[in-house]
Amino acid sequence: MKFWPSIGRLRWGWFLLGAAVMLLWPVFFDTHTPTILLVWALFALSLGLMWGYAGLLSFGHTAYFGLGAYVYAISVVNIGESTVPLLLAILIPAIVAAIIGAMMFYGRISDVYMGVITLVVSLILFKFMSATAGDQYAIGDARLGGFNGIPGFAVLNVPGLPDVSLFGVPMYYVAAVALLGCYLISRWLLARSFGRVLVGIRENEARCELLGYSVPAYKTAIFSISAAMAGLAGCLFANWAEIVTPSVFSLRSAAEVIIWVIVGGLGTLVGPILGAIVLGMLKLLLSEQTVIDNSLILGFILVVVVLAIPRGVVPALQGWFGKRTRIRTQRAVHVRARRRVAAPAPGRTS
Amino acid sequence: MDYAAVVILEILYMISFIALVSAGLAVVFGMMRVINLAHGEFVMLGGYTTLACQRAGIDLWFSMLVIAPIVVGLVGLIVERLVIRFLYGRMIDTMLATWGLSLLLIGIVTLIFGSSAVNVPTPIPGYQLGAYQMGGYNLFIIGVTIALYIGMWLVLRYTRLGLIARGAMQNADIASALGYNPRTVYMVTFTIGAALSGFAGGVLAPLTGLLPASGGGYIAESFIAVITGGAGAVISGTLASSVLFGTISQVVSFASGPVLGDIVMLALAIVLLRLMPTGISGRFFRNSQ
Repeated sequence: MKFWPSIGRLRWGWFLLGAAVMLLWPVFFDTHTPTILLVWALFALSLGLMWGYAGLLSFGHTAYFGLGAYVYAISVVNIGESTVPLLLAILIPAIVAAIIGAMMFYGRISDVYMGVITLVVSLILFKFMSATAGDQYAIGDARLGGFNGIPGFAVLNVPGLPDVSLFGVPMYYVAAVALLGCYLISRWLLARSFGRVLVGIRENEARCELLGYSVPAYKTAIFSISAAMAGLAGCLFANWAEIVTPSVFSLRSAAEVIIWVIVGGLGTLVGPILGAIVLGMLKLLLSEQTVIDNSLILGFILVVVVLAIPRGVVPALQGWFGKRTRIRTQRAVHVRARRRVAAPAPGRTS
Repeated sequence: MDYAAVVILEILYMISFIALVSAGLAVVFGMMRVINLAHGEFVMLGGYTTLACQRAGIDLWFSMLVIAPIVVGLVGLIVERLVIRFLYGRMIDTMLATWGLSLLLIGIVTLIFGSSAVNVPTPIPGYQLGAYQMGGYNLFIIGVTIALYIGMWLVLRYTRLGLIARGAMQNADIASALGYNPRTVYMVTFTIGAALSGFAGGVLAPLTGLLPASGGGYIAESFIAVITGGAGAVISGTLASSVLFGTISQVVSFASGPVLGDIVMLALAIVLLRLMPTGISGRFFRNSQ
């Protein structure tokens, strides 16, 4: 029996290396920027899980990210202690996504209409939140504040100890643990029959339906799980920025997360994480200068990636390395077959 | 009485606004099944072209009615040759690439014109309707939209170009078997669609003001109008959904403020898409264009 339980295609060596780098980082470097990069990575992971494995592209995934941020801000102003708001920030986006998802998937809406509907949902939230400037728009003690958003709410604290706030390095660790945890959950989900059915749906929906799986139920479930992760990311974002504004719902942020995922790679979990970290870093660097507009670079990257490497960078690299290893295995099979002389080894057909 | 006239004019204006900004998208989606997420930016480019021409001293009417569609049509042609033509049949990839394009165009316009809001002067003065001051330019928009749709209908119904377009729309394979290369038809269609968007942008520029990001403001309305209108009917479907959404949005706006009007309109669009996934035209007018 192995020491580490095997979770699907999880490679414990790489995972532990990544975790060690993430956990040791604050010993040597500043954590302010890495925190937000990890939060964006979690957001990208949530979309990558749904898009890359179930083949469902939500054009307005930022709706659930923003909902998480707003729900956290509103409830922490009302409650004061941050444990319940954190849970609500995960739960409410999941419920909203389950309702919208059920409406779309049980209605057998095609993927293009799904793109339009998810986009419209985030536009509705953007317009609504931008228009809530007056005093009459308040939930409990929290004024929604229109375009200026909700500033100055309490950040996360240690559960049960409202006076011990988590900011700076502890906040970084919260983000790191959230990312690693969600990564493990995703890997685990994908290794179970649930994940296998999702991939099956992506590959051939009719066949899965005929095998007796309820395709709408599976799609709704993964949409809701993905929205929960996005909500968690949004909650952490609110804690990092210490303000939430309607810009979390904007078209621009909806596009950004899609770009991170598609550049990183579809059908992998590491791809979206790396895509978010690298492109998030690029975005932060670009916003320090004013010569070239940020959207120009982002848009250019998206167009080039869709045209040249539509599956993303990580799968393209994997394909390249995979081809080399496959050639090596074929050669080995060939050698073994010659040694046996009598019967050729049953090579894997692909 | 005056108030009723004001409400009716506002409703007509909203319907025209939606129909005008949707026309280009409707042509592209209806004929090519391509969802162009850079549509809002084409409209925005039309506005900026008008602004640039007006600053250069060219007559405002000429620049919005003639130069804006031509310039944006050329941009559309370049985009089709460089990007869209590689992606036919891959709808989601097209949506992604055109979204990238929209960001790219916003970036380029920001580089050239800066990111602050600019205005084009309104060429028609307002007028008095009873106790209310009305914008005379709104009437012009209503007239232009009616003329545009009548023109589109005449072209589709009575010209050879329209015949080829309708044929390609109904059955691209047969059109190509009869000797009309679908690639050429698509290229021309995309160019015309872009020109229509540029026209809308030019005409609307004096009313709305211009920002590099203002394309995002058109995209929601035009999308829901075209998609709920349905793919099979460029004119009737788009007009039907423009009337529906324009009326609802303005009625709700008059009752309880403009933001709620927008939100109710978008929420209604989601419900309609759920109920009629083939669009209004797929359900009610099966054999129209």
